[in-house]
Amino acid sequence: MKGSGLAMRVGVWSLVFALMLPLAWAVLASFTPEQRLFGGGPLLPSLTGEHYRAIFIERSFWIPIRNSLIVALATTVTSLLLAVPCAYALARLPFSGHRLVLAFVLAVSMFPQIAMVPSLYIILRAAHLLDTYPGLVGPYLTFALPLAVWLLSGFFRQLPADLEDAAMLDGASRMRALLEVVLPLSGPGVATTGILVFLYSWNEFLFALSFTLGPERYTVPVAITLFRGQYQVPWGQVLAAAVVATSVVAGVVLVAQRRIIAGLTSGAVKG
Amino acid sequence: MASIQLEHVTKSYDAAQPVVRDMNLAIADGELLVLVGPSGCGKSTVLRLVAGLETPTAGRVFIGGEDMTAVPPQHRDVAMVFQSYALYPHMTVRQNLGFGLRMRGVPAGDASSAVEKTADMLGIRALLDRRPAQLSGGQRQRVALGRALARHARAYLLDEPLSNLDPLLRVDTRSELALLHRQLAATMVYVTHDQEEAMTLGSRIAVMRDGMVEQVGLPLDVYRQPANRFVASFIGTPRVNLFACSCEQSSGALSLASSVLIRPLVLPGFDGQLPQQIEAGFRPQDAELCAAEDAHVIGAVVLIEPLGPATLLHLRADGASEGSLRVVVPADAVVRHGEQVGFRIRLDRLHLFDAAGHRLVEHPRPGAGPAKMAPEHR
Repeated sequence: MKGSGLAMRVGVWSLVFALMLPLAWAVLASFTPEQRLFGGGPLLPSLTGEHYRAIFIERSFWIPIRNSLIVALATTVTSLLLAVPCAYALARLPFSGHRLVLAFVLAVSMFPQIAMVPSLYIILRAAHLLDTYPGLVGPYLTFALPLAVWLLSGFFRQLPADLEDAAMLDGASRMRALLEVVLPLSGPGVATTGILVFLYSWNEFLFALSFTLGPERYTVPVAITLFRGQYQVPWGQVLAAAVVATSVVAGVVLVAQRRIIAGLTSGAVKG
Repeated sequence: MASIQLEHVTKSYDAAQPVVRDMNLAIADGELLVLVGPSGCGKSTVLRLVAGLETPTAGRVFIGGEDMTAVPPQHRDVAMVFQSYALYPHMTVRQNLGFGLRMRGVPAGDASSAVEKTADMLGIRALLDRRPAQLSGGQRQRVALGRALARHARAYLLDEPLSNLDPLLRVDTRSELALLHRQLAATMVYVTHDQEEAMTLGSRIAVMRDGMVEQVGLPLDVYRQPANRFVASFIGTPRVNLFACSCEQSSGALSLASSVLIRPLVLPGFDGQLPQQIEAGFRPQDAELCAAEDAHVIGAVVLIEPLGPATLLHLRADGASEGSLRVVVPADAVVRHGEQVGFRIRLDRLHLFDAAGHRLVEHPRPGAGPAKMAPEHR
């Protein structure tokens, strides 16, 4: 027992080390002067906050962070609001063709993004939504909704159907049962879905590059990509920006994760 | 409170194998009807059809005389106790009990006094602020019952509510349920696969098999006059003994012969017409040990099961439909394994079935006239 416990611990820590090493290197490198980054030798001896100063003071990196946060959060909230009733209907209501709908939802998410860019561009231009937040949230829903619908309908299906039956016999309509019984019990599922949608939206690059026209609306991935100059890439600043972007995401995920409490449904039904 | 009627109700998920077939059932106001049958016989589906959780493929469901066939469950005003209890895990016991009242717009003050009254009745007042996860199985069962009883529904549907309890608790709760039903005089439909539960609880019981009702009646009537072979075997423990026999009728007497019997069973004063080959059955309690020269059956004891108040013997008998016969003898009877014992069958408690398994002869009810042909059999 003791031996296997030790082996377990060693295994866990080596895994953590392997996973954290690139991140640790990135953090360290983001504090290292540019000339030392490619100069060989150890990174440690001289540390500098120059890269961080540069991205926030010279490049106003807080603007893309603000843009990304707004777009990613709006996408998450909108897709959850739309996906919850849709996923519940697909999970529980016996209407004909629900398989077809699910297959169609999946097919939409398999569509190559680049194929949608030209048509979306024309639509957004006609609607005067280019270079606006809704002009990004709308296109983002094309991948966020299928993802959310699929994940949520899986979560809803796992809940014991007896609970909703009981709610309806107690006088609740379907919608009421969804709001009062299903949703409170789906906290972990909704949180997981929200986190995934947020991550996808945060990291999205192609739509953001195509449908924004200037630094006022650039999102984080676009802004970082555009750090590169004609003759050089400021790797130190790229790394500093990546570290900042990662910390924001990590913060959001940690907050949302509190909602993911396993065993929330225990005690509902026996066995 | 209200009566419930099912008229020609059929439910099928695929056309070849209907779960409920052309079912007709009337449940009177204030009655506790028990639907009993082996698993998969469709009894739970019948309950869900009454609740509105399923819609019949054909036929109509009436509650209180109103056609409710197309009415969704939330507007039927019936309450249900689920086998799984289905308590809302994110709510306290108080909120669980009050949910139905809240959904129906009962003012908060009235609702909370109704909740507390129900909690007192079921002895769960101390649990009101706990969550289902903090309760034992028996407590959860009570809360599930309380959630149904907290409001005045037109009918209460109970789907195997005791099946998850341990045996002692199950018997206690069963008696409590019977008392509760007397006290409330509410219409209840109770589903179980346990024939003992059915017998003890039901105002009437309906025995189901393969989506059809085989017999409906008072518990003792069903026990004493099973309408067919299936009901005879399903109701009553230990199970009824069945064996094939041939009949001979002469001058008003019926004589039954079988390889199980060492001397024929003679029923005097019999004036019906019976087929040649029939099946006879007697309950293990309806036989008594006797000397070999008086015995109808002699068999070797293969198994002795002391039940406490009585002892159950298994006797080897070649002609019996299961290869052995069960006989209940007094607990103080002295028998040994392998011993040959003889016993007599009580002729007034004999059940006769035709080749299709339908009952052939009605027993006289206590105080009624002599045996006569069954008035109707399918």
